[in-house]
Amino acid sequence: MSGFFKNAFLIAKKDLYSELRTRQVLGTMIIFSGLVILVFSFAFDPAQNTTKAVIPGVIWVIIVFSGILGLNRSFISEQRNDTMQALLISPMDPSSIYFGKLLANFTMILIVELVSVPFLFLLFDFHSIGSVGYFLLVLFLGSFGFISIGTFLAALAANSKSSEMLLPLLLFPVTSPILIGAVQATKIILSNIEKLPDAVAWMQLIGAYDVIFFVLCLILVEYVMEV
Amino acid sequence: MIVARKLTKQADDKFILRGIDLEINKGETVAILGPNGAGKSTLLKVLATLIKPTSGLVSIKGLEMKKSQHEIRKLLGYLPHSSFLYDHFTPLENLVFYGAAYGMDHIEEKAVSLISSVGLSFFLNEPVKNFSRGMVQRVAIARAIIHDPEVLLLDEPHTGLDQGAADTLNSVILTMKEKGTTTLMVTHDFKQAAEICERAVVIKNGKLIANFCLNGKDVNFLHSKYTELVEGGAS
Repeated sequence: MSGFFKNAFLIAKKDLYSELRTRQVLGTMIIFSGLVILVFSFAFDPAQNTTKAVIPGVIWVIIVFSGILGLNRSFISEQRNDTMQALLISPMDPSSIYFGKLLANFTMILIVELVSVPFLFLLFDFHSIGSVGYFLLVLFLGSFGFISIGTFLAALAANSKSSEMLLPLLLFPVTSPILIGAVQATKIILSNIEKLPDAVAWMQLIGAYDVIFFVLCLILVEYVMEV
Repeated sequence: MIVARKLTKQADDKFILRGIDLEINKGETVAILGPNGAGKSTLLKVLATLIKPTSGLVSIKGLEMKKSQHEIRKLLGYLPHSSFLYDHFTPLENLVFYGAAYGMDHIEEKAVSLISSVGLSFFLNEPVKNFSRGMVQRVAIARAIIHDPEVLLLDEPHTGLDQGAADTLNSVILTMKEKGTTTLMVTHDFKQAAEICERAVVIKNGKLIANFCLNGKDVNFLHSKYTELVEGGAS
């Protein structure tokens, strides 16, 4: 078991270091999220109270679309010089490779959230979060579920010639329960904290979905990564 | 050390390997020869656990591939056509990463010594993307042996190497041989095969058509034998 985590951390460290070197993905993700925020801030008047209602949606639009940018690169980057094959013939378990990739993608989306969410609140003049703790929890749960399924599907799609088109097609239907739950929970936490039990119920749904799909992905990833 | 029995590999409707029987002893250096599309690289990929055979049995060091894939992978060093290197990493970073993937200790020292043994000590911290084809191949060789494998699978390792680099590769293979490493080398370079291999097997149309000793034989012998077997219509 320690070998599993050791190898996963090795892969995550390699991917993040690689990103630090190339700055290909994270920069694009942050620029994309900045553009989304900018466009929405012009489209909706921040002075109006109704504008607050779009904030949960904007947050998850940023996470989903910038997340896809990162997920697409995650396994495609291993096709250059067939480095994926090198990982597969090493004594590393495919599930630890998957978990390592997941950790790297999750770290990158957390960085994007860390930059974009305060920027969004700033441009929309929003400063009345119902509960910061629950808000962070829903961001964590939703992002983890989206990235864990996304990483698995990115591994699956990487073998296809049109993987960049295939990934969103596969990802959106499978992650829609997470996204619906996350938007609903975020909406309640940001603007209607009295209904917190409803938000908790949505978060429980997301949590259950996360656990089931994470375990499924760990089990099935071996078959997906076969050459 | 390596045993393959009735090995077949089918892709779509085509049989790439048609019942290969092969036995290689510990410490042997064996050349795999054959025309393009004969199935040489596929055989190496099967032995490297990269692709699963359609039928047949493979065992390495007494471990059956189907049951002990994880243990077998620790024994193997594989050098295919691709370098398996991360372009934006330096040779040192590449080797340290792969050493860690194989659970090695003191990786950095080992990596530095290997890079210097392939003649790239001045390029230790230069990204691989700036290297020529020959330099990349040298780093790829170092990568394949970073974990001191007991079995070395080389797919046309001399491709793109200048004479000096080819000599370096040969000396690496011979040093590994002294340590007891078994080497299987797919090659079209008869001179190198005659120089470093003790045995040669010839594959044609997915079948092993010849298996002969090379000890004391020169490149002319190998060339005429190959021509007779492959171009003489043996199948």
